[in-house]
Amino acid sequence: MAITDDVLVIGGGLAGATAALAAAEHGHRVRLLTYKQSTLRHASGLIDVLGYTLGGDGPLSNPFTALEDLPERHPYSLVGREAVRDALHFFDAVVGDTYAGAHTNVNALVPTSSGSIKPTARYPAAVAPGLASDPRDCLLVGFATLPDFCAPLAADHLLDTGVPFDVRGVTLSFPGIRRDDAKVTRYAHILDRDEGVDIGRGTTSARAALAALVREHLEDEARVGFPPILGDDNHSVVRRDLEERLGVDVFEVPSGPPSLPGMRLEDRLYEALEAAGVRVTTGVPVVGYEATDGRIEHVLVDRKGQDVPYQAGEYVLATGGLVGKGVRSDRDRVYEPIFDCHVDHAPDRYDWFDGDAFGDHPFASFGVTVDDDLRPLTADGGLEFENVRAAGGVLSGYDFAAEKSGSGVSLATGFVAGDRAGAEVSR
Amino acid sequence: MSDTAHPPDDQVPEDEDEDEFEPIQVFSEPTAMDLRPGADNCYKCSTCDTNCPVAEVDDEFPGPKFQGPEQWRLKRQDDTDIDDSIMKCSNCMRCDDACPSEVPLSQMHNTARGEYVDTHMSKRSIEYWRNRLLSNYRLMAHLGSKVPRLTNFVMGLRVTKLFNEKVLGITSEREFPEFATETFRQWWRTRGGARVTNPDKRIAYFHGCYSNYNTPEVGKALVRVFEHFGYEVLVPDQRCSGTPMYANGMLGDARRAAETNVPELAAAIDDGADVIASCTSCSMSLRQEYPELFDLENVETVSDNTWDALEYLRVHEDLENALEGTAVDHPDVAYHAPCHARNQGLDGQAVEVLSAIDGIDAHDVGDSCSGISGTYGWKDENYETSMAIGEEMFEHMLASEADTGLTECPTCSMQMEHGTGYSISHPLEILAEALVGDASEAGAA
Repeated sequence: MAITDDVLVIGGGLAGATAALAAAEHGHRVRLLTYKQSTLRHASGLIDVLGYTLGGDGPLSNPFTALEDLPERHPYSLVGREAVRDALHFFDAVVGDTYAGAHTNVNALVPTSSGSIKPTARYPAAVAPGLASDPRDCLLVGFATLPDFCAPLAADHLLDTGVPFDVRGVTLSFPGIRRDDAKVTRYAHILDRDEGVDIGRGTTSARAALAALVREHLEDEARVGFPPILGDDNHSVVRRDLEERLGVDVFEVPSGPPSLPGMRLEDRLYEALEAAGVRVTTGVPVVGYEATDGRIEHVLVDRKGQDVPYQAGEYVLATGGLVGKGVRSDRDRVYEPIFDCHVDHAPDRYDWFDGDAFGDHPFASFGVTVDDDLRPLTADGGLEFENVRAAGGVLSGYDFAAEKSGSGVSLATGFVAGDRAGAEVSR
Repeated sequence: MSDTAHPPDDQVPEDEDEDEFEPIQVFSEPTAMDLRPGADNCYKCSTCDTNCPVAEVDDEFPGPKFQGPEQWRLKRQDDTDIDDSIMKCSNCMRCDDACPSEVPLSQMHNTARGEYVDTHMSKRSIEYWRNRLLSNYRLMAHLGSKVPRLTNFVMGLRVTKLFNEKVLGITSEREFPEFATETFRQWWRTRGGARVTNPDKRIAYFHGCYSNYNTPEVGKALVRVFEHFGYEVLVPDQRCSGTPMYANGMLGDARRAAETNVPELAAAIDDGADVIASCTSCSMSLRQEYPELFDLENVETVSDNTWDALEYLRVHEDLENALEGTAVDHPDVAYHAPCHARNQGLDGQAVEVLSAIDGIDAHDVGDSCSGISGTYGWKDENYETSMAIGEEMFEHMLASEADTGLTECPTCSMQMEHGTGYSISHPLEILAEALVGDASEAGAA
């Protein structure tokens, strides 16, 4: 017996979760299978659609007008501009008021922890008061024990970019944290639970202690930015509490991995999956498949030694790119490890990258090539399998790091792949 | 090349021309357990740290990234010892699941802990003997279950708890699990063993210590369910799976237990049986930790043929159809997936399977760790950490529309009961009720 569903989505990141949700809209039994935790935990939590052109022009004001000029094999060109909009609306409905940005087509400009400005289409509500287009003066607060965010340096960089407000940065010591390398989850937990912390003259609650500390440094700024550690499960409560205590707006400045905004987004998506009745299986890899007449019959999942068959009518491959390991390489070749779909690359591995570290690297867009139904193609342009679609980082033809298009491509292709897989089952 | 077990989850196919490329040996000669490939794979993304339930509540704990790959590298220098914080790792193995780069973190922690206990912990210390006592639970249980009522009485005494806490460092906050008046094996013998003979469908039940000495009803439920599907049940001789021993760095004890378990289970496999466990830490140990830590004959065979009970039925029987139209009279349950179930891809399974039965609703209480982690939460110095980790699960359980708990793991169930006062069942018990009916009616007891 195989474990049987209508649609099986392989991969649990933004593309996979979106595909599963879109497929479930058709009323079918959908399963999402994830091996390792997704790279959402590395992600800033920002939803970029397109920040720069392939030629490096930008930041782009309106990503949608720029979609027209993309090459025809770009994932956005394959699914079309309307699908990108539909996918964003779909996302907006899933995340509700925890995200902002849906009111406009124009990219928001979000200050990051390095003090640069990132163009993005959707951003967590906690990021909203910090936008660079907002003219109010700003205090950035960093912590000595959190070296990823140097507030004075970020403030200086922001001033250099010409932001329309004054910004200062201070480095404080976080109440209740003694060790140099406490985990970001530790900070979040202290604030979530409002733990009692020792401030030298007795114990007080963590949020009160933090607010008191920041108040001493607040001059007449109307908003205060923190690294993204303001709680996890009780995130919105933590932020509101700090705002009330400080009497100013409080926001988070997105930073690198590991990233709580990415984890919060992951939590939101998985809550939506549960609510949609999607069955989720985690922690085990797909290691093989059986196919007849160009259709996948079932995949084999390695449950610590046993190959367990999982069967479905339609499959979505959303396993990520080189970092998520949906595309892998050894010294001789680049390959897609589950279905061994064709990945176009130069035979000599010295041609896989550019000599300039910030150059135009071929490896950045390695992935499977698909038709306009998102079905992977063989080297000579035929279909790999009739009932497999690919979405997100595993796709070729775009460079999310240069274009700032990672989340948008995952959403748009995940939405289209899931929706079409669901529709196919209904036929 | 070293003779280490390759990280078992590494999906990179073996390179056929491996001989052409010889990595440069930077460190001294590899020892029996060369974990360098694992350490090299770590690119410091720190995702493991954000999954570590201990690091989330304990400011002092440096986290899995340090305990694994960083400590491994530091140790190459003669002047750096293993950090004693390794004893604060609870062996939940969540870091394994988190790592996007397939670093065998729990294997690194288990080896480091073993080395720490061997070389740094005084064999005359109370801590060593306390840990040894806790991790060799089966010995205590074996003696205690000879006179279960007396043992339950003595273990419940205030003076016993005081002695345990003050002298041994075993917290007095917890109630010792009661010993059953009849162990599973005694019941099995009295019953006359298997009631179904079937050379084509055989399973060997690895009951582990807890369902033998404390909750034989779980073992009995398993027997009833498998016999219902026509399986011949074997109950081979066995010792502890080793899980509590890894968590305490007692690799010698764990190896000795494995030296009994592996040949016994391999013999059953030879007789055509698959190995079935009802405890997810036992199955995790046989499946993953044995081949990672012990180079024993047939260790891979046992690993490859061990299953979780429900998982086995789902794959080999049409469980969903069998359950259609069945009903139980059972209160709704709040299901907690043990970490070791999660790591085997079994976390959604109980809720999925039980949803086919009428009269019961299983609510998943989310992905937090229960915090007890076997012997971890029994130690006086860890009790508060253990309860702080469990807080989230307690809250989710109390918030769910159920007043009974459900889990596969014996110690998770202790923690669930301790934190909420709920009584806790095992999914197999509900399955048995649905498929076979009440134990007394079925006359199987």
